[in-house]
Amino acid sequence: MTAARDDVMARIRAALDDPGQSRMPPGVVVPREYRTAGEHAPGSGGALDLLTDRLIDYQAHVLRVPATQVPDAIAEVLAPLAGQVVAPDGLDPAWLREIDGDAVGMTVLRDSRTAPLDNATLDRVAAVITAARVAIADTGTIVLDGESDQGRRAITLLPDVHVCVVRADQVVQSVPEAVRLLAAHAERPQTWVSGPSATSDIELDRVEGVHGPRTLHVVIAE
Amino acid sequence: MTTFLGLPRTRRADDEPFGPLPHPREPLRWGEPFPAAARQALGNGQLRRNLARATTTIRDKRARVVDEVPDWEALRDTGSAVKQRVLAELPELLERLEENVTARGGVVHWARDAAEANRIVGDIVAAHGVDEVVKVKSMATQEIGLNEALAERGVAAIETDLAELIVQLSDDMPSHFLVPAIHRNRTEVRDIFLARMADAPPDLTDAPRELAAAARAHLRRKFLTAQVAISGANFAAADTGTIGVVESEGNGRMCLTLPQTLVTVMGIEKLVPRFEDLEVFLQLLPRSSTGERMNPYTSLWTGVTPGDGPQEFHLVLLDNGRTQVLADKVGRSALHCIRCSACLNVCPVYERVGGHAYGSVYPGPIGAILTPQLTGPTGGRGTAGAGHHDPNASLPFASTLCGACYEVCPVKIDIPSILVDLRAREVDADRGRRADPLAAAMKVASWAMSDGGRFARAERLAGVTHALGGADGVVRHLPFPGSLWTGSRDLPVPARQSFRQWFATRNDAGPDDFGPDDGHDDGEEAR
Repeated sequence: MTAARDDVMARIRAALDDPGQSRMPPGVVVPREYRTAGEHAPGSGGALDLLTDRLIDYQAHVLRVPATQVPDAIAEVLAPLAGQVVAPDGLDPAWLREIDGDAVGMTVLRDSRTAPLDNATLDRVAAVITAARVAIADTGTIVLDGESDQGRRAITLLPDVHVCVVRADQVVQSVPEAVRLLAAHAERPQTWVSGPSATSDIELDRVEGVHGPRTLHVVIAE
Repeated sequence: MTTFLGLPRTRRADDEPFGPLPHPREPLRWGEPFPAAARQALGNGQLRRNLARATTTIRDKRARVVDEVPDWEALRDTGSAVKQRVLAELPELLERLEENVTARGGVVHWARDAAEANRIVGDIVAAHGVDEVVKVKSMATQEIGLNEALAERGVAAIETDLAELIVQLSDDMPSHFLVPAIHRNRTEVRDIFLARMADAPPDLTDAPRELAAAARAHLRRKFLTAQVAISGANFAAADTGTIGVVESEGNGRMCLTLPQTLVTVMGIEKLVPRFEDLEVFLQLLPRSSTGERMNPYTSLWTGVTPGDGPQEFHLVLLDNGRTQVLADKVGRSALHCIRCSACLNVCPVYERVGGHAYGSVYPGPIGAILTPQLTGPTGGRGTAGAGHHDPNASLPFASTLCGACYEVCPVKIDIPSILVDLRAREVDADRGRRADPLAAAMKVASWAMSDGGRFARAERLAGVTHALGGADGVVRHLPFPGSLWTGSRDLPVPARQSFRQWFATRNDAGPDDFGPDDGHDDGEEAR
């Protein structure tokens, strides 16, 4: 293994340092003329409208509510379902108050890195409810970074319905704004979600819903 | 009905229902040379219809979403410069990546070539005692023939991307980076599933929605029980050790999240210096490849995260000819490629012949410059230029040089210029290796043109060729040695009369400075 490493490194150096070959000087300035922010401020009405439009374009379901009505919104989108749902252990318990209990016929299972549910259980639950780290309006993308209000990657993967709550102030317009925010903790496992899972593999005909959740509800808390 | 276990079939015959293409021993060099393979592909009307439909759809989608990005050209400029910088600083960046991945609990392996990479992956799989692994679609593992190598060690590698599954079930080879089964239409896919997927519903229709649902059901159990997953990588940020995989279906997330062990095979050029550089490539790639503002899922991970996802992570850094490409100052920019496939979708040649004609897992314009450089003779630069005995030598000629590929390339690889450079080298490599009809013709032309009298006689000879032309004014077949030219080209019929002959008839009284005076008589006869 070390021999292979040395060989590959030596080949690279030989290729680059070969006299007569032009090696781009290290540290050369990369032009960065692209936009690093959009025209809409984070959390602004314009950013939220754009995000909503992009999400709907991906066949995601969007519900915009005042922050105080998040629990009702969650209850509303989960109303057609019954049985068990899962939430990461760091999710605000107040958000779940309308759905947990015998009265609505639903049980909320909590999951964490230290007390994980097994995959078979996750495969059976009806839905998962999480928060998000940041949302990108331009591309209709929601980024999860595995913190305790978003949970392990598996919990947003196996259930067929994902309800994701995004706070208005988490909505930025452009990809660079989001990446710079995420760079502060690049080591966290990130999942960028843009609509429900989809495939265009057969005649490039888009079909929503393959292996990941087939339904994505985004609750935007304004 | 049979179940495909991921093991290569021992027998392949032309009467197999899904085509005669066997899995090649060399994923970068298979089948007939391009001219013969292209001729064959052009005779397949179904293939041409499937391709035309698919490439038109994706071209239009790409154009729409690229148009809505006001700073697209600035992003391309940055993307191109970042990749240039990656190559210039490759040793330092690879060291940094290795350090960061290792610090986060990952294990970094280095592979000089395909065999070494396959051995490393095979050993990791063997250490876990499993006979089945799940796979995310990956060009690097296609390139090294990993599935076949694992099969030889008794391990079935299950492809989980829908199109890759279609390719695997039909014992086919991919024909596109992004949509490996682009050459199949929905009815063919339905037939493949019914014949080769044991748990396919018998009443399966050819609706893409139903076909996708069948694949979901088929693969679900595999995902839930797999212990080892294998992936490629779209990007790796050197400064953080973060690896990224971009996908649509969620099969990637399944593989990257559920199994306890993950093995990622990555070409050494897939680096970006900083995590923040992803802000450029995550804009360029999805719009260029699927024509979406963003692909449904992107996974980014850094080594091992305790309690979340695989607890054992291996990164295999693959050379396999890349350093050879790097040694070429013109051709090296082929290593900027982010495998978006936009150049395939706009290429008039690819659209008509499809991916298989290129005889490599890297088809299309980028394949035409990357494949011959990766497989060129080792031991020195001037990588391509293997000469005509190598089927890949014809690849740089598989282009009209129209330039559409350069225009759409998100990292501005000047594919036409590299094609021309590689062509020149193929011609040089052939010089002196065997009788060169072109060189011989040029010598004769030079001799004839250096003397006015000889030139005039040559012109008269050319006028005679007129008789060989068809009603449409094109010569299709010349007798030998002219057949060497017309074998792959049509020749416009020479004019009955040359300019000099015509001029002489107009100036009978004037001084004839242009050559022997017998010229215009012949011209009159020919009229």
